[in-house]
Amino acid sequence: MADSSPVVSKTNKKTLWKVIGASSLGTLIEWYDFYIFGSLAIVISTKFFPPDNPTAAFLSTLATFAAGFVVRPFGALFFGRLGDLIGRKYTFLVTLLVMGLATCAIGLVPGYETIGFAAPVIVLLLRLLQGLALGGEYGGAATYVAEHSEPEKRGFRTSWIQTTATFGLFISLGVIMLTKSSMSAEAFDEWGWRVPFLISSVMVVVSYFIRRNMDESPLFKKAKSEGKTSSNPLRESFGKRYNFKFVLLALFGATMGQGVIWYTGQFYALSFLQNVCRVDFDQTNYIIGAALLAGTGFFVFFGWLSDKVGRKPIMLAGMLLAILTYRPIYDRIYRLTDVSNKQELVDQQRMEGGATIKVYDDGSVATLIDHDGIPTQTVKVGQRTFFSLALLIFIQVLYVTMVYGPIAAFLVEMFPVRIRYTSMSLPYHIGNGIFGGLLPAVATYLVTKAQATNAVALQASGAMPYDKPYLAGLWYPIIIAGVSFVIGLLYLKNKNQDVQ
Amino acid sequence: MNTIKRLLGALWIMLGLAAGYYLIVSQAIPQFSSGKSEDLVPAIIYTFILMPIITGGLCIFGWYALRGEYDDN
Repeated sequence: MADSSPVVSKTNKKTLWKVIGASSLGTLIEWYDFYIFGSLAIVISTKFFPPDNPTAAFLSTLATFAAGFVVRPFGALFFGRLGDLIGRKYTFLVTLLVMGLATCAIGLVPGYETIGFAAPVIVLLLRLLQGLALGGEYGGAATYVAEHSEPEKRGFRTSWIQTTATFGLFISLGVIMLTKSSMSAEAFDEWGWRVPFLISSVMVVVSYFIRRNMDESPLFKKAKSEGKTSSNPLRESFGKRYNFKFVLLALFGATMGQGVIWYTGQFYALSFLQNVCRVDFDQTNYIIGAALLAGTGFFVFFGWLSDKVGRKPIMLAGMLLAILTYRPIYDRIYRLTDVSNKQELVDQQRMEGGATIKVYDDGSVATLIDHDGIPTQTVKVGQRTFFSLALLIFIQVLYVTMVYGPIAAFLVEMFPVRIRYTSMSLPYHIGNGIFGGLLPAVATYLVTKAQATNAVALQASGAMPYDKPYLAGLWYPIIIAGVSFVIGLLYLKNKNQDVQ
Repeated sequence: MNTIKRLLGALWIMLGLAAGYYLIVSQAIPQFSSGKSEDLVPAIIYTFILMPIITGGLCIFGWYALRGEYDDN
């Protein structure tokens, strides 16, 4: 821990907060850009994909969303290499611009009805660009802040970067809600959904000008002036066993588990409420938004705490709590929203515009609409249930803050300056982009499969193989986090490392 | 502790192989042959993304652990 170098100590507090502010703002915008696609997945599926099979269209949208995650490791390699060769500052300026252009362009692509199959193909390509940019952004921002920080406050300083992913998701939900509330449902469906994508261009320009005036990281500058930067960061990171073993350890012992917990707590929770529990679209956004807002401060708290007690115990405690409580939490969410558990106020049942409206004793309202012979039900839960759901999501956000708050400092401390950007970006983006990013698609598929298997078994013999098919999707994060927990517990060291 | 870390190296290798077998034989092959469009996406994810990372990564990680690369000293 005794690494308070002259380079770091020269960075005064005011400059440090500027560094944190500018880095966090850019990263926040990139997360916003990345997540509006996911937050608008249901709308996008109807705009860019063939309308004849809504389930296949939704799964294709999730797959396109997931494609953005899958290319993140490639972005990490490409931009990480640049960051270790030419510097952190210029690299994350480029990633910011690429992300902004791709997001804005998604908002301008004509729909499937206008240009046919070209629409999903163009959207997929733009989504891939978004993923590449994000792959380069995070490692740069985390490294940049960490290399400016005092060693004893590195967890605290970098935790501000960690808040940006959640804030980005929160702002994406907020902008969508604001846009929706400022126009009719028809207008939003027709063109209004494009607005959140287009707004990104303004935010990116502002952030670009702020970042442009920042200095290069002092540690990188020093290494460069002494001729100590790597000439081939990729080969040094992954071709040399000494470094590569730490890349694997970072992936399997930390980021893999952290990734699935992040995406379960913030994204799968949203998907579960909307697609499995059939809770009203707007209301789910409010529920998730409330939980995110209440939980985000804990990123900073756990980042700060990791400076005192070490990164490892906090991250592993978050993983363990998630593994043990996911099933009870999601079971409770399902039962809270299941109207068959509620008492219907029969005298208040009515018809409105072809839909049957049912009111329940806890204030929940179910709307039953017949879509081409298939009855579809959405539920708007009562106030008490709303707060119970927000609390259950908040608990998951708390787990997210435990595993995610300290991880930037943890990763930065694992690798030396000369290959840091490359080496830390890859495990981070495989853990989050691949294991985490694929979670909504894989978990939704597992639930759909379990429900279909039960339906077939019910028709055949009456005995259903899945007791609670709606919880089938949770096996994916539970198993992945379980393996990561054991590897982390045995192989990770708790001592916070010198970053120089 | 170092002995446990090394012995568990074999477990990670076996876990990687078992996960690969499960993802391909139990999941991807039946999904590819089901003919349903909604099965295609997870089959591709399992075969070309998750399986190489989990199987390849865990096997190399396990091999390093077995050789004592992660020993405390």
